[in-house]
Amino acid sequence: MTRTRLISLLGSYGVVVALLLLVLFGWARYDYFLGFFNITSVLRYNSMFALVALGMCFVIMTGGIDLSVGSTAALGSVVAALASPYGVWIGLGAGVGAGLCVGLVNAILVTRLRIMPFVATLAMMLAASGTALLLADNQSVSVSYDSGFTSIGQDNFLGFPIPAWIAMLAYLIGWIVLNFTGTGRGVLAVGGNEDATRLMGLPADRIKFLVYLGSGGLAGLAGVILASQFGAGQPIEGVGWELFAIAAVVVGGTLLTGGVGSVGATLAGVLLLGILFNVLNFENGKGWISLSAYWQSVIRGLFLLVVVMLQAKLAARSRTVAGEH
Amino acid sequence: MNTGTLLSMTGIDKRFAGISALSGASFEVGRGEVHALIGQNGAGKSTLIKVLTGYHRRDAGEVTFDGRPFEVFSPHQAQASGISTIYQEINLVPYRSITENICLGREARRFGFLDWKRMHQEAETLLQRFNVRIDVRRPLMEFNTATQQMVAIARAIGFSAKLVIMDEPTSSLDEREVSVLFDVIRQLKQEGVSVIFVSHKLDELYEVCDRVTIMRDGRTIKSARMIEIDKIGLVSSMLGRTIDRAEGHATAFSERDRRKIGDVLLSAENLAINQAVQDVSFDVRQGEIAGFAGLLGAGRTETARLVFGIDRPRAGTMQLDGQKFAPRGPAEAIAAGMGFCTEDRKSEGIVPEMSVAENMMLALMPKLSKSGIIDEKAQREIVERFIKQLGVKCSGPDQKVRELSGGNQQKVLLGRWLAMNPRLLILDEPTRGIDVGAKGEIQSLIKSLADEGLAVLMISSELEEVTEGADRVFVLREGLSVATFDRSEATEDAVMSAMAHGSPPTIAEALS
Repeated sequence: MTRTRLISLLGSYGVVVALLLLVLFGWARYDYFLGFFNITSVLRYNSMFALVALGMCFVIMTGGIDLSVGSTAALGSVVAALASPYGVWIGLGAGVGAGLCVGLVNAILVTRLRIMPFVATLAMMLAASGTALLLADNQSVSVSYDSGFTSIGQDNFLGFPIPAWIAMLAYLIGWIVLNFTGTGRGVLAVGGNEDATRLMGLPADRIKFLVYLGSGGLAGLAGVILASQFGAGQPIEGVGWELFAIAAVVVGGTLLTGGVGSVGATLAGVLLLGILFNVLNFENGKGWISLSAYWQSVIRGLFLLVVVMLQAKLAARSRTVAGEH
Repeated sequence: MNTGTLLSMTGIDKRFAGISALSGASFEVGRGEVHALIGQNGAGKSTLIKVLTGYHRRDAGEVTFDGRPFEVFSPHQAQASGISTIYQEINLVPYRSITENICLGREARRFGFLDWKRMHQEAETLLQRFNVRIDVRRPLMEFNTATQQMVAIARAIGFSAKLVIMDEPTSSLDEREVSVLFDVIRQLKQEGVSVIFVSHKLDELYEVCDRVTIMRDGRTIKSARMIEIDKIGLVSSMLGRTIDRAEGHATAFSERDRRKIGDVLLSAENLAINQAVQDVSFDVRQGEIAGFAGLLGAGRTETARLVFGIDRPRAGTMQLDGQKFAPRGPAEAIAAGMGFCTEDRKSEGIVPEMSVAENMMLALMPKLSKSGIIDEKAQREIVERFIKQLGVKCSGPDQKVRELSGGNQQKVLLGRWLAMNPRLLILDEPTRGIDVGAKGEIQSLIKSLADEGLAVLMISSELEEVTEGADRVFVLREGLSVATFDRSEATEDAVMSAMAHGSPPTIAEALS
C-alpha cells in the first residue's frame, strides 16, 4: 500500500521532485546558489512568468489555449509605463486593465463567436503586439521614476521581492478558486467533458469566459511588473512567453486536452524551468564550459522532454497500480 | 398517489434547419407517475426531452409544470425547477472524482467555499441507496459502465427533483443492477417524484411504468395506461403499421439452412488476459453465426478484442484456418480477413464529421489507393453498392454520418467492414440503441451475410437475439467459458441459467 501511495504521489508531484533534485544539485555544486541575492533575483525575475503561467494553467484546464499572453504582457507594460506618471496604482490599474481588455476580446471570440481558442488567441497575439508597438511608437517607453511606480518591480517587502509576493498571492487565490469554488471545479469539468458539463447544467460558457478574462488580466499584471522592474514599457518583450507558460503548465502535469491540472504543480513547473536557466548560468560562471544562449535553449528543451516523459510514465504507473487494488 | 398533473406539454413544434423534428407533439405526466416514452429512433423522443430541459428552444407550443407556465433556457434552469435528466450516453466527466460528478452544480458550501467533507458524505449516502459502495474520491473513469450509470442516476436524484427523466437508463446495466434501479424508481414514485422512462426494452416498461406515450415522426401517436395495451399494440403503434410477426419470434432471424455451415475458421483455446478473460475457448465455422452470451462484465467484448488483436492474450492460443494466429494489432487481423463492429459506435466506430462514403472507405483506404492516391471512381462504386445493399437511409454518399440515425450509422459501419470482403465479422451489440424497425433490418442482414458464407461472431445482451440468431451459443461468465449450446438446445432458460449460475458441475467436481 505504501508503495502504491508513493508511486501515485510521484505521479502527481513528479515535477516537485525534479525541482527539489535540481535545487539540491545547485546547492551542492555552486557556492552562492542558495545565497540571498540569487534566490531573490530568481524569484523576482520569474514571478512574471509565474503569473502568465497561472492564467495559462486555467485556460488549458478548460481544454483551451491562450497564445496571446506574451504580447498582452508587452501591451500591459507599455500602457503601465504610459500611465506611470499618474501614480503607482493608476499605472498598475492601467496595465492590468489593458490585459483584461485583451482577455475580454479573447473570451468573447471563444465563447460567443465560437472561434477555436488557438485561432482566436493567435489573432489577439498579433493584435495586442501591434497595439503595443503603436502606443509605444516602436520603442521602449520609459516609466516615471518620481511616482514610485518602479517600487512594484524593484523593492522588497519584509525582505522579499514585491513581485514574488504578488505571484504568491495570485497562486494562493488560484489554488483556492480551483479547489474550493464551484467555478474552479467547473473549469476542470468543462475541460474533461464540455458537453456533459452543459447537460449537467453548469454554466460552461461563463466558466470559459472567466478563464480567458483572468488569463488576460494576469498577463497584464505581468506586464506591469516587467515595466516596473526594467524601468520601461517593452513593446517587443514577451515573445515566446506563451510557450514558456505552456511548457511550465505541461511540466506540472496539466493535460493539454484539459480536465486535469494543478495550480501548485504549475508553480513548480515555472520554478523548475526558471532555476534550470539559473543553473546553466552558474555552470557558465564556473568557467569550465561555456554554453551559448542557443545551447542553453537546446538543453532546456531536452530537459523539458525528459521531465514530461518521466511524468507520463509515473502517471501511467500510478494508474495501473491503483487499478489493481 | 396524487393523481394531479405535474407536467403538460401541448402543441410543441421544433424545426432544425427547416426540417421538422416535432410537430404538434403533446405529453402529459401525472404526479408520482412512472411514464414510459417510446418511439423509434428519430420519432422525436430525445428532441421532446431536450425541449423540456431547455437544451433546445421550442418553436411553438405550451408547457406547464407544477401548475405554472414553464419557460427554461438551459438545463441548469430546468434542474433548478426540479427536472433532472439522465441522458442515454453517460454524460459525466471521466477525469473528475465521483463526488464532483454527483455534486457539481449544487456544491455544499461552508463560508462560501466548497465543503469537500460534506460533499463526499452526500455522494456516499446517495450511492448507498443503490447499494453502491465505492471510494467517491477516485476519478470516475476508474469504474465500470454500470457504476458510472449509477453515478449519473445518483446525480439526478440528488437534485431533489420533482421529475426525473431517464433516457435508456438500463442499456448498460446487467439484470441485478436493473432490478436495483427499478427499486429506486418505485421508491421515487412513493416519494411523489415522477419519472419519464425512455426505453427500447418493452418488458421493462411493463415492469415499472404506469402509463406510456408513443411517438412517431415528431407527433404523439397514443397515450395509454400500460395495462390497457399489449406489446404488439406498442410495437405496431411505434412502427405505424400492423405487424403480424410469427408468434414466439422476437427477432428477425429466421430458421437457417444449417447445411451451408462449413469448416472451422477460427478457434481459440484457453484465452486469458486478466480478470476480465481468464479461460475462454470457442470456435467459429464458415457461414456460422456464433453467439456470445453473458452478463455485463462476463468478458465478451474483451475476448473479441483479443481476437481482433487490439489486446494481446497472456495465455492461450488461436488458430485461423488451422494455422497459428497471434495478431500483433488490428492491422494484422484485418489483413487476415476480419472485421470488428464495436459496441461503442460513437467513440470507436464512426467519424461523425466525415461523410457516409468516407466512413465506409476508412478501413479499405490502404487497399484502394495506388501509391498513395485514392481511386475515387472505384470508391464511389463500392459505396453506392453498399448503400443500396444495406439499405442505408441517407441523402447520398456525401451526407455526414452524424446526421444519420443510430441504425443507419450501424449499417455504415457494417458496410465499412463488408467492403473489405472479410471472412469473419465480429459484431459487438450490433443492435444496441437501434429502434425496433431498423433492428429487424440489421438482424436479417446479419443472417443473409452468414448465408453467403461469412463467419459471424456476435455478442449480444439481448437474449432472444442470441438464442434465435446464433447457430451456436457460447456462454461466458466472469471471464470463463461456462457452456456451449447448439441451436436446438439454446433455449432462453438454458442460456440464462448458464449466464447466472455457470456450468453444471463437471464429472470431476461431482466425484470430489
